[in-house]
Amino acid sequence: MTKAFETVLEKTFFFFALASAGVVILIFGFMLVLGLPLIKGGLFFGLLTQPWSPHHGVFGIYQMIAGTLAIALLSVIFAFPLSLGCAALISVLAPPIFAGFLRKVVQMMTGIPTVVFGFVGIFLLIPIVREVFNGGGMCILSAVIMLTLLISPTMILFFSESFDRVPKSYINAVDSLGGTRVQKLLYVILPCSRKGILTGLMLALGRAFGDTLIALMLAGNAVQMPGSLLDSARTLTAHIALVIAADYESLEFKSIFACGITLYLFTTVLILMLRASERKEKP
Amino acid sequence: MNRVIEYLIIAGSWLCGIVLVGSIFCIIGYLFFKGAAAVNLSLIFGRTNPIDAILLKKQVFNGIFPAIAGTFSLVVLSVALAVPAGLASGIYLAEYAQNSTKKVLSLFFDILAGIPSIVIGLFGFSLAVFLHKNYSDRIYPCLLISGISLAFLVLPYIIRTTQVSLESLPMQTRLTAVALGATKLQNIFYVLLPQSLSGIVSGVILAVGRCAEDTAVIMLTGVVASAGVPKSLFSHYEALPFYIFYISSQYADTQELLSGYGASIILLFLCAFLFLIAFAIQKRLCYQMLYRV
Repeated sequence: MTKAFETVLEKTFFFFALASAGVVILIFGFMLVLGLPLIKGGLFFGLLTQPWSPHHGVFGIYQMIAGTLAIALLSVIFAFPLSLGCAALISVLAPPIFAGFLRKVVQMMTGIPTVVFGFVGIFLLIPIVREVFNGGGMCILSAVIMLTLLISPTMILFFSESFDRVPKSYINAVDSLGGTRVQKLLYVILPCSRKGILTGLMLALGRAFGDTLIALMLAGNAVQMPGSLLDSARTLTAHIALVIAADYESLEFKSIFACGITLYLFTTVLILMLRASERKEKP
Repeated sequence: MNRVIEYLIIAGSWLCGIVLVGSIFCIIGYLFFKGAAAVNLSLIFGRTNPIDAILLKKQVFNGIFPAIAGTFSLVVLSVALAVPAGLASGIYLAEYAQNSTKKVLSLFFDILAGIPSIVIGLFGFSLAVFLHKNYSDRIYPCLLISGISLAFLVLPYIIRTTQVSLESLPMQTRLTAVALGATKLQNIFYVLLPQSLSGIVSGVILAVGRCAEDTAVIMLTGVVASAGVPKSLFSHYEALPFYIFYISSQYADTQELLSGYGASIILLFLCAFLFLIAFAIQKRLCYQMLYRV
């Protein structure tokens, strides 16, 4: 291989890296340009605070933002203790055979397609919820339960990995002092992996925030402020999927770019926060 | 420490484990209980002869073969688009980039990985609208647009697995060929890439799984409920995950619903299978993909 060829190839690699990074800006740019009429008219922030009522020509999205926040936060709140418990089982508490089995199951879970969770949710979970709570069944609770199952594996694997990263000498020290397994978990492993737990939480939040199908299939998609667990709600993601069929010159259609921009900005901020917390840890 | 609290914590953890395992077995068991009977050749091919269908001699009308064919072409297309770009970027990041460049670029890739798939779908849709308005009236949301969008979706995973598997090679492997007089590029192609192949391949397989299961992106970029086997890059197409989604809300009779269960089982098996292969090939590196961030 000649020198010139080497240089050309290096430049090609660089070009691809740059182009791939450019995609991030391209995606944002596209949404910005198509949502521009909103931003120009000063409508963007209006949209964030107005209700959605197409018949009156008002296309605000705050109910969707509330729906997204309710579903994502609740599922993280449900999933967090569940994941912490499972991760503790895998790394510390359970006998090795069960721990290995649980780890395998959790890894397998990450491979289950989202749409399958949604499908089973419709035909298995919703009738149960309907029976128990006498509602329509399509509600925040159903979506939250399925979403909890969907995001838990991510958290469990991340938690148990950061539990396993605790230096062996610390563990040995507890063992030689005669500490029990629970003491080991509470006083050594958990404090040592606080950072990993926080990161796992944020990743799971991002995942819950960006999920489309579970909310679309199970939450009922009614545009309203969610008041209780049994209310129907619509998330930003589901809103995009539902409105996409509209005429693409209309203001109604433009408003989904406001949803897109909101989602994009939120996940970006989340990533930046993760990055910042990693940097703080290093020195 | 209080004994009671200790027991409570142990009991609580076991409860978590049992709830998780129990509910996942409920989900899979329910699917099989309801749908196992539906999984047979006629679910896929309807009343058409399977060989004729695969050779595209006859159209399949009441089977999910078109959906499987659509998903297959979608996966091939998007992986073919994403792998070269992902490999090149990964190699650049691992082998060439200066520290500061690397930091900036990987921040971008982290952001790309974090963008919700529906937003990427929205981008794909706007791309189609843009091309339709400015270049050609013939471009609508179609197979090609979906392929490009899905390629963007899995690009960061491929970049990251390539980078990580290259970077985790031991110094000895890294230096031997160079010490013998190999150039940097020769070293990469003849030593480093072959050595890290297992990691890269497992990343690609998981990317295939991600393309096969994603519904949000294709929903906005051209998938339809009935289109037959895709004829060209610019045509509508069917896909397995969308078929499942569609059936769940629009099924007309129990027969159709049953085929929805069947399709779910097939998709589940497909993803589990890909996942197991990828995992068998490379245990460690899969973590990036497992977290799906």
